[in-house]
Amino acid sequence: MTTDQSPLIRIADVDKTYRRGAEEIRVLAGLSLTVQCGEFLALMGPSGSGKSTLLNLLGGLDRPTRGTVEIGGERIDALSDRRLAGWRARHVGLVFQFYNLLPVMTAERNVELPLLLTHLSKADRRKHVATALAIVGLAHRTSHYPRQLSGGEQQRVGIARAIVTDPTLLLCDEPTGDLDRKSGDEILSLLQTLNREQGKTIIMVTHDPHASSRASRTVHLDKGQLSAAAPA
Amino acid sequence: MKFLYLVACNLRRKKLRTLLTLLSIGIAFFLFGLLGALKLALTGDVSIANADRLMTRHKVSIIQMIPISYQARIAAIPGVSGVTAQTWFGGIYQDPKNFFASMPVEPDEFLKMYPEFVVSDAHRQAWRTTRNGAIVGRTLMERFNWKVGDRIPLSAPIWRHADGRDAWEFEIVGTYEAARKSVDTSQFFFRYDYFDEGRGQNKGTISWFAVRVSDAARADAISAALDREFANSAYETKTEPEAAMMQGFAQQVGDIGAIITGILGAVFFTILLVSGNTITQGVRERTEEIGVLKALGFTNTLVLGLVLAESCLLAVLGGVGGLGAAWLMTIGGSPLPSLLPVFYVPTPHLMLGAGLMVALGLITGALPALQAMRLGVSEALRRQA
Repeated sequence: MTTDQSPLIRIADVDKTYRRGAEEIRVLAGLSLTVQCGEFLALMGPSGSGKSTLLNLLGGLDRPTRGTVEIGGERIDALSDRRLAGWRARHVGLVFQFYNLLPVMTAERNVELPLLLTHLSKADRRKHVATALAIVGLAHRTSHYPRQLSGGEQQRVGIARAIVTDPTLLLCDEPTGDLDRKSGDEILSLLQTLNREQGKTIIMVTHDPHASSRASRTVHLDKGQLSAAAPA
Repeated sequence: MKFLYLVACNLRRKKLRTLLTLLSIGIAFFLFGLLGALKLALTGDVSIANADRLMTRHKVSIIQMIPISYQARIAAIPGVSGVTAQTWFGGIYQDPKNFFASMPVEPDEFLKMYPEFVVSDAHRQAWRTTRNGAIVGRTLMERFNWKVGDRIPLSAPIWRHADGRDAWEFEIVGTYEAARKSVDTSQFFFRYDYFDEGRGQNKGTISWFAVRVSDAARADAISAALDREFANSAYETKTEPEAAMMQGFAQQVGDIGAIITGILGAVFFTILLVSGNTITQGVRERTEEIGVLKALGFTNTLVLGLVLAESCLLAVLGGVGGLGAAWLMTIGGSPLPSLLPVFYVPTPHLMLGAGLMVALGLITGALPALQAMRLGVSEALRRQA
């Protein structure tokens, strides 16, 4: 997408409003943010501050009401739905709080899902899946179903699914929010490794100061705007 | 193909619900298959009827007899290239339940008129030289374990001898095979001269004439000429295409096509509701999973295709099972050979069934597929949160 030391993400003057009946809710208000390539950024803030909404805009899961979202030099807010889906598949890995694995599929098949959108052969897909599962330390759990895995292991499978296409950007929505401290630490260590050793740019939404301490930078959101403490 | 596993996984999600839906679809297609075989059994003769064959019978009803002397006058009408007489005999073998189609005919004329009945030269010759000889279809031979050379007594309550006896004795001198699968091989044909000499009443009469015309396009004009020939006589006639007469026979129990279409319509409407509900419920339960797939990069169109593929797979699996069971059940022959001699699921019906499976899948999957396609990613993920 772009080289190190250059901004990977530029968000300029972004508004996001939702309608609930006659009421209009402004979740993000004139927000601007720049993230360098290779950064590990923690997004913190109280509930309803707009963290997840911002993450959705960065992942191309939603569109801003106003303003621009530029990632890797591409204005993703201007892409059509179809092109945006393709862009997501190529450039973004998503990690969810509740793992969001498909319960009817083994770990291996869950990790393979994003690769179904590529032109890779079955053998190549298997190879990529094995590599991703090895990176998260689950090479021995490939044929287990999510219900047969612990929460920490399920989140590792979720991370393997997020990195299997080798995306530049990892977006993590409270990745340790459903885990005990030990498992959470393991996940945070894994994310740090991916950031430091593989150069992944990571943006992590969290409520937990302990989790945010693992990031290279933390920004705080309050009422849809970056708070004064955060460098924009 | 790489998405097939994903589609199949979704069907395995609620095994009992999928199984029950498959069963209900399977039963619908099983009925579809059996009713197709039944329709063929009741109306099949109509579809195999030749356009160049006409039937001339008494104007009032087929049970009224007409003189065999008409045969020469029919043969003399321009455009007629062949004519042969047939009479309903109604023979019974040993027990009233052993009833089958039996008719006295003139051997050479009859076999020339109906080339779909295939008889070997040796058996034809034996029939010509044996006065009480009979040619019997393969299915009927197998049903009663008869062999060529056997002497078979038949009783015919409507055709008694002059002394009041209703027993007739025949010698089986040959068998016939079908030139096509749809030809009935459960009939019994014997010589008209033997019959006419033995019967005590209505001598010199027959039930109907089969008439071949040299040009099928002129069949209407020749039919009219035939009926004009016997107008104002003691035995006025009605001539119609062979198919129309067969249709008349079949419709004695009602409009078979309409009855069967009605039953199938009701069955399929019910199945549409059942499987449509299953798919809709399944998709609704997977809202967040669909959101995740979209978040991973699955396009709206691909999600639409996956849901439609799922509903089509469900319909095809159930349909193939049901239709296959009906096909297997009928491939061995008719369960009631005396009533339904030709009984199998015809190939066009199987193809129609295949088309219906896909249509059922598309119709039942359309609404949930559209819902899944329109689902916004962030909205779906928010529902989970």
